[in-house]
Amino acid sequence: MTLADLVIHRREQSDCVSNDGFCPSWIADNWQRYTHPFWQHLFLTAVAVTIGFAIATGLAIVAHRRRWLIPPVTTVTGIMYTIPSLSLFFLLQPITGRGNTTALIALVSYTLLIIFRNVLAGLDNVAPETRDAAKGLGLTERQVLWRIEMPLALPEIMAGLRVASTTTVGLATLAFFAGAGGLGGSIFSDLTFKSNVVVAGGLCVLLAVALDVLILGAQRMLTPWRRAARA
Amino acid sequence: MNDFSDAIDFIFHSRESLTGGVRVGGSELWSLLAKHLELSFAALGLACLIAVPIGLWLGHIRRGQFLAISISNLGRAVPTLALIAFFIAYFGVGFVNVMFALMLLAIPPILTNAYVGVTQVDPDSVDAARGVGMTGVQIVRKVELPLALPLIFGGIRISAVNVIATATIAPLAGVVTLGNPIINAQVYGPAGRLGAAIVVAVVAVAADAGFGLLQRAVTPRALRLANRRMETA
Repeated sequence: MTLADLVIHRREQSDCVSNDGFCPSWIADNWQRYTHPFWQHLFLTAVAVTIGFAIATGLAIVAHRRRWLIPPVTTVTGIMYTIPSLSLFFLLQPITGRGNTTALIALVSYTLLIIFRNVLAGLDNVAPETRDAAKGLGLTERQVLWRIEMPLALPEIMAGLRVASTTTVGLATLAFFAGAGGLGGSIFSDLTFKSNVVVAGGLCVLLAVALDVLILGAQRMLTPWRRAARA
Repeated sequence: MNDFSDAIDFIFHSRESLTGGVRVGGSELWSLLAKHLELSFAALGLACLIAVPIGLWLGHIRRGQFLAISISNLGRAVPTLALIAFFIAYFGVGFVNVMFALMLLAIPPILTNAYVGVTQVDPDSVDAARGVGMTGVQIVRKVELPLALPLIFGGIRISAVNVIATATIAPLAGVVTLGNPIINAQVYGPAGRLGAAIVVAVVAVAADAGFGLLQRAVTPRALRLANRRMETA
């Protein structure tokens, strides 16, 4: 009995698999082959967005006071943003070799423009009266920046982080061309097999949505005054 | 730096392929570029035909804000490689299938920008148009569309760069674009791969600059004057 069941089961499964179909049983049996690429993907995204955030926020803080820096920074990061990721992965390889370094340099370069623009817009949107009031209370320039302007700019900053993280999840699907793995490698390894494409592609979308929701939640927690104002 | 000079040589002079028998690089790249642009502009044109009217209409009736905004968020969350792979797995390879995949990629930014462009038109201008007796269609064509054009072209510009970048992986689906030397490096060699990466980057940056100029050209003179006044103020 069991043997017959097993045989029938196996044939059904192999039928589906050999037809490149969408096979839930294959997915259930092969789930673990996606865990490592998934963690690689998350690693690439998290590290790239963190580094990009640090660089772009620093640039925006400086450019907020020294306005002449805005056009050159926007132009340079704009060109970096325009170069297709697939190109950049290969353009960097003669210099940085294959692996995480190359992938991360490319991924970071795509987050810069998005985060820079948003942080700058957030800082610029702080009402002049608020700034004046803070200075009137005797706060130094540095204190105005960290205690008044940065907190009030948080909604725009977090919006930039959300766009940057979803974009990076998408771009990281090509990071396997730089030898850094990720879910793109899984997709690429078997392009015509529906089960594989749906699971690997679906995990990318889920990761993007999860990061988006996570950052949105963090923003809500960090800006309680916005909730009070809305209520 | 040797890698780069070899790649530059590949771009300007054709050579024997690694597998032998075929000339690659140099002038042979023109046909790849032509196919790349043909695919990109076909997808972009279709996307405009679909997304601009829907965005204009939704903006005109001031409805569907959730749809118009969240479609571009959704578009960002779907990786291009996953989208192309999905089309290959479910519909097979070929020019038409890739074109439709790229079209889906190009729609969200254009639709969202067209929507935002129309909703940002000063309500006083629309009221004035209605006051002088314009019909709904006339208001869209003569007031809302011209005033929304800069943003619409901004959306097309974003999509154009995205589509040109993504058309690089079209050889996976059997369309021989500039991505072919990158995907099939065993035929073209490392110089071909790097050379094609350089060419694709140049094409994308050129397209961005070209559409930027176009965007400036379609901005109505009145808007340009208003912007200048705002900048000087």
